[in-house]
Amino acid sequence: MADSIHLSGIIDLTPEDKHPRLWLEVMHEWIVTTDHKKIGLMYIAASMMFLVIGGIEVLLMRIQLAVPESTFLAPEQYNQLFTLHGTTMIFFVAMTIEFGFANYMVPLMIGARDMAFPRLNAFSFWIYLFGASLLYYSILGGKGVYGGSGIPDVGWFAYAPLTEKAFSAGNGSDYWALAIFISGIGSIGTALNIIVTTICMRCKGMKLSRMPLFAWLMLVTSVMVVAAIPPLSAAQIMLLIDRYLGGHFFDAQAGGSAVIWAHFFWIFGHPEVYILVMPAFGFMNEIVPVFSRKVIFGYPAMVAASVGIAFISFTVWAHHMFTVGMEPVANTVFVISTMTIAIPTGIKIFNWLATIWGGKIRFTVPMLFCIAFLFQFTLAGLTGIMLGVAPFDWQLHNSAFVVAHFHYVIVGGILFALFGAFYYWFPKMTGRMMSRTLGKWHFWLFVLGFHLTFDFMHIPGLLGMPREVYTYEPGHHWEIWNMIVTIGAFVQAVAIIIFVYNLVRSQFTGKLAGNDPWDAWTLEWATTSPPPNYNFASEPMVRSRRPLWDLKHPEDPDWKYEFDAENEMATK
Amino acid sequence: MWCLITAESAMFLIFVVAYIFYLGKSLNGPTPKEILNLPIFDTVCLLSSSITVRLSVNGLLKHSQMAFIGWLTATVLLGITFLLGTGKEWNDLIFKHNFTIHTNLFGTTFYSLVGLHATHVAIGLLMLSVVLMLGLFGKVDQDQTRRFHSLSMYWHFVDGVWVVVFIVVYVIGR
Repeated sequence: MADSIHLSGIIDLTPEDKHPRLWLEVMHEWIVTTDHKKIGLMYIAASMMFLVIGGIEVLLMRIQLAVPESTFLAPEQYNQLFTLHGTTMIFFVAMTIEFGFANYMVPLMIGARDMAFPRLNAFSFWIYLFGASLLYYSILGGKGVYGGSGIPDVGWFAYAPLTEKAFSAGNGSDYWALAIFISGIGSIGTALNIIVTTICMRCKGMKLSRMPLFAWLMLVTSVMVVAAIPPLSAAQIMLLIDRYLGGHFFDAQAGGSAVIWAHFFWIFGHPEVYILVMPAFGFMNEIVPVFSRKVIFGYPAMVAASVGIAFISFTVWAHHMFTVGMEPVANTVFVISTMTIAIPTGIKIFNWLATIWGGKIRFTVPMLFCIAFLFQFTLAGLTGIMLGVAPFDWQLHNSAFVVAHFHYVIVGGILFALFGAFYYWFPKMTGRMMSRTLGKWHFWLFVLGFHLTFDFMHIPGLLGMPREVYTYEPGHHWEIWNMIVTIGAFVQAVAIIIFVYNLVRSQFTGKLAGNDPWDAWTLEWATTSPPPNYNFASEPMVRSRRPLWDLKHPEDPDWKYEFDAENEMATK
Repeated sequence: MWCLITAESAMFLIFVVAYIFYLGKSLNGPTPKEILNLPIFDTVCLLSSSITVRLSVNGLLKHSQMAFIGWLTATVLLGITFLLGTGKEWNDLIFKHNFTIHTNLFGTTFYSLVGLHATHVAIGLLMLSVVLMLGLFGKVDQDQTRRFHSLSMYWHFVDGVWVVVFIVVYVIGR
């Protein structure tokens, strides 16, 4: 019939060659691979390793802050820890784990064989790993033992003039700048790959208006990466010129501006946090409909909102700088732009709610994490709007309230969505289900720990506690809150241990998943679990946004309801 | 290539912004007006190299190895001339006027911006020379047209940046 979808024949049942292989062969295969699935897995594995390292850094900090005037850590060590923690988590965990999922899923979702530039893909991964290793090499190398700090201790945003040679004599700032500059090249490479792949390599019938929303969001994210990372690279080059060639970019004594680094950094930095959250939105867009058994509400609005957020995010940067003394007019402009970005974000939240409303909700582990995302991300957005009001920010800039706000977004929002994505796509990547019992333990313990830590972190912020301080005096009434925050951190650590155990153990003992354990609708679920090397034996042909729904329900296909020119012609 | 051009444009934009922001803010030392001369000859060389590279791409499209190689050689030579011109300009600035990246804000931003551009010219020249070598050995045929066209787009981008740098540094700045 004319409405049949040509997905038959995309699954090749030729048995794979199973001869026993030497360890060296296996390692070699992984090191030289250009296959997007393997590279995606390597990104995820490396990011998980850095997640654990970044987590240990934070546990050490929380031990230090649990009681006032603690001597567990020296001030210099504390500064190094929060610098490493922030830099690692943002550049070497969050961005890269999302690139990992994108690498694995985007070609599968659009019915492609691989990314557009497989060798660039491999290069991007290895250069990320090199850059990240460079940052941690600073612990061994640099002038750590004899001179100034080898490990960067200038905060993840490394404000100049602090990072100038005069104030940061050791090599810490250099390691910071170079490590991020080098992995930034990898980020731009991957982003470039995703843009070209989604634009040029969609399968037959998959117009952009039929592309899965995760692929859309990765496209938007990638465009943002291409535009936002170079300003950071430029600022880092300027910093290195100042430090080594006697430049004066950030040298106030030569007439340079003390504030210009902040401007350049946040022109990168604000879009960067949207780069972090957009893939999480993408995960929501895939997981929530499947477990509400309903199509996503308002697909075009979701696309438009994402593009809108991307544009507006480049106009809000100075809301990180309300306290540097800009003119009131300038402050006001950024207050208004910050308020504006709440509009498309709110549209997305309403659309997710509308998707769930009236649906037949299945409380699987991925869905639990997504529901928590809805509550937590909304709350995080609200504290963000509070901070976006300049006079309010003047009280709370650089306080624990800000730390609580952005961790609410990154942990309560992004990390929760990431966990959802893990449980959702693990069956596809490994062929086995993760343990549901352990998943629920992970979820509830993590919710408990997350809220203990980050709900209560707002309070010392409101009571005046600064961020990035290695200790505090007693008598400010901050003690009890800091203790609760620390306890929450350890609860989260236990939850993560359960998660990692689940992740590893399920690969050996998990229930076999089959191709499509969740009864989902996008193309990746049409392949075997894990997919064969070539993904699809012949190019799929799709007629709607849910090709597998059409396959499973030929009597009620989506293309009868999706209105575009091509479908209009067919139904007449 | 468009993605790369977008990314590089964003980076150059920051250096241009820094240059414009710091105009007139140097505490001491020479000002642009005092020591910069319009690099007309260099500019003509670089801009015509855009034309010659276009002619080279056309030559490859039309199966004309001679046109392809000939115009590509011209492009490389013009590019090298541009770099030599910049080198001479810097030689004068550094040794005759004692004007370095360290001298003042103008020095820092000038050498950074123009230097960054010159670096991109050098990289582009390297790539063009590689293609020229491959072409001389007969390895470049019509199938490679898209790749060579991509490279020529990079070269046009580098020229475009020079137009912006020229206007900002040598025209507005002085």
